[in-house]
Amino acid sequence: MRKWLSLLLATLLTATIAVACASSNDTTAGGGGGSGTSTLDTVLSRGSLICGVNGQLPGFSFVDSKGEYSGLDADYCRAIAAALFDDPSKVEYRNLSAQERFTALAAGEIDVLIRNTTWTINRDTALGLEFEPTTFYDGQGMLVTKASGVKDVKGLSGKSICVQSGTTTEQNLTDRFRKLNIPFTPVVFDDEDALYAAFTQGRCQAATSDRSQLTARRKSLPSPDNYVVLDEVISKEPLGPAVRNNDSKWADAVKWIIYGTFQAEESDITQANLSQSESSTDPEVKRLLGKEGTLGTDMGLPNDFVARVIKHVGNYGEIYDRNIGKPFQLERGLNKLWTEGGLIYSPPFR
Amino acid sequence: MDEQKIPLWRDDRFLKLVGQIVVLAVVIVILSIIAHNISVNFRRLGLNFGFGFLNNPASFGIGDHIIPYSPTDPFGRALLVGVTNTLRVIILGIVLATLVGIVAGIARLSDNWLVRQISTLYVELFRNTPLLLQLFLIYQAGFLRLPPPEQPLQLPFGTFLSNRGMDILWPAASARTLIALAVIIACLIAGLVLRQRQLKIMELQGGNAGQGYQKILIALTVVGVLALLFGLQWEMPSFEAGRVNGGLYVSSEYSALLFGLVLYTGAFIAEVVRAGIQSVSKGQWEASQALGLRSNLAMRLVVFPQALRVMIPPLTSEYANLAKNSSLAAGIAYADFFQVSFTINNQTGRVLEVVLLIMIFYLTINIIISLGMNWFNQRVQLKER
Repeated sequence: MRKWLSLLLATLLTATIAVACASSNDTTAGGGGGSGTSTLDTVLSRGSLICGVNGQLPGFSFVDSKGEYSGLDADYCRAIAAALFDDPSKVEYRNLSAQERFTALAAGEIDVLIRNTTWTINRDTALGLEFEPTTFYDGQGMLVTKASGVKDVKGLSGKSICVQSGTTTEQNLTDRFRKLNIPFTPVVFDDEDALYAAFTQGRCQAATSDRSQLTARRKSLPSPDNYVVLDEVISKEPLGPAVRNNDSKWADAVKWIIYGTFQAEESDITQANLSQSESSTDPEVKRLLGKEGTLGTDMGLPNDFVARVIKHVGNYGEIYDRNIGKPFQLERGLNKLWTEGGLIYSPPFR
Repeated sequence: MDEQKIPLWRDDRFLKLVGQIVVLAVVIVILSIIAHNISVNFRRLGLNFGFGFLNNPASFGIGDHIIPYSPTDPFGRALLVGVTNTLRVIILGIVLATLVGIVAGIARLSDNWLVRQISTLYVELFRNTPLLLQLFLIYQAGFLRLPPPEQPLQLPFGTFLSNRGMDILWPAASARTLIALAVIIACLIAGLVLRQRQLKIMELQGGNAGQGYQKILIALTVVGVLALLFGLQWEMPSFEAGRVNGGLYVSSEYSALLFGLVLYTGAFIAEVVRAGIQSVSKGQWEASQALGLRSNLAMRLVVFPQALRVMIPPLTSEYANLAKNSSLAAGIAYADFFQVSFTINNQTGRVLEVVLLIMIFYLTINIIISLGMNWFNQRVQLKER
């Protein structure tokens, strides 16, 4: 008798909890949607940004022995935090594998994905992502040993090639070899560290990835001089941040923070000369730094968001040189400003 | 007469019924909430549920495949490659882990001090460290340390070892091999059937009954062994011009995963075997010794069959664990079902469908293992009359 009563009570309780959960789930489900609260509001009320990064890739996002993140991607996480909170340290990093990244973003575990992610039509549409301006124009390459004497992709016929799973490089590799009609064996790793470990031990005759990644990785291999990145570029890899679809308030905020770093370089505003620039009489500079107009507040950001980004992180050129130019001596190439023949171009701040 | 006077809220049968209805209602409510949530989220992301994407071209390569596969094949085919890759790890893994486990388990109870200590060391070492770590060690510090494929290590029977993998003696795919294989299987089946009959007759008639069967059995064995040695068209791998040709190629990734799973699960099975043997009362040992059985005979005929009954239920769990642990393959670059599924998930964004497929796959495998082991369990249980 008593047993049945308690069972009844228990089921009733479960049902109430379930219903309560369900209703709260419904609100979160609406949260990401266009009508509900934007991620921008969530981030602002939380007081910190949750940024999905790689964590294993020198030059883009790399955790050092002190647990500090460095790299181009990590700096863009900081730039967003600086714009929102005037404090670049208000970032929680989440290391994600190539496989995990899109699920983590879609599920709302992270606010923004800045993990050397290639912008493709499939990811932009079918996967439900919204890509932000490209922060690094890259191309896929091949890392081989000097001893192998391989000069181009054709020389890898019938060889094993180490590649990371869940990346565009995995598909480009297959496409390229199909086009050339030569056989190869992919050895597919989830983890980048495991991939390069297997490569240096000779499991694969080549490792393939974005050329910037190969260049950076080559530097950290036991004897870099024994390896060479082939000149052949086999794909376009525009890398940039991504956010969830249908949240244009947040997408716009991230977009203009990135454009801010581009425009600042174009307008010659650097960390060093920021204070002089702030007293500039140039109306364009004044608008950019929030001294005139309401460009920032119009989209829910502090009006001086670009000034904050420059103060804490610097302009695009400074970010590039600090993380990629100086440490890896990688030419800027396509990543020069449009005024110098590159592709880095910001729409007008007006 | 009294029955009708019991009020409804004190009627046990009525309350039981209400309880069940409430539980059912709660289950339905929870399920519909989940379904509702999923459909809301799907609509929000603008996705439709469906498996049509499995017909799209995969456009990614898979290194290890035993069924023909090319990147132009659909995702469904890629999944099938994953299924076969997982199955060949699980099936061989279960067989080898059982052998390792039985040997190590019996060795733990050996009278020989050294054998006992070695077995204990093995069991404790592999049982108490994470499997993923063992896999990394076996793969990175073991198989990848082998010489490069241009200068493979040569072992007897045409075996070549390199960090690319193993090349081993294997029958060539030909009509002759098929016929020989059929002969071997026929001999095995006939042999088993005849042996059963012989035992039955010996039991019923005693003495020298069943002598005729003995001769046929020997003849079958000879035919079978001959077919195995000379009938199958064995192909020896050979090393020419910087690469190994012929024989069977087994990748380092597959070998490392198989090794890791066998050693890890074998350690657990060893403990199951030890516990099973120790559960047989000491009197059984003493009785068989009193009958003059040597210790290996006592183990084989008296103790082990009794221990088997205790061992089977926990063995089922170990096999199920092995099947599930095979999904750690992704860590060492082996293209098993799990890895292939997640690559597909990553390319298509069909999380729910892919996760559902993964659940169904591993559930099916484990249900098959359970059913098989339950059937085996029923066969070896004491037949009580």
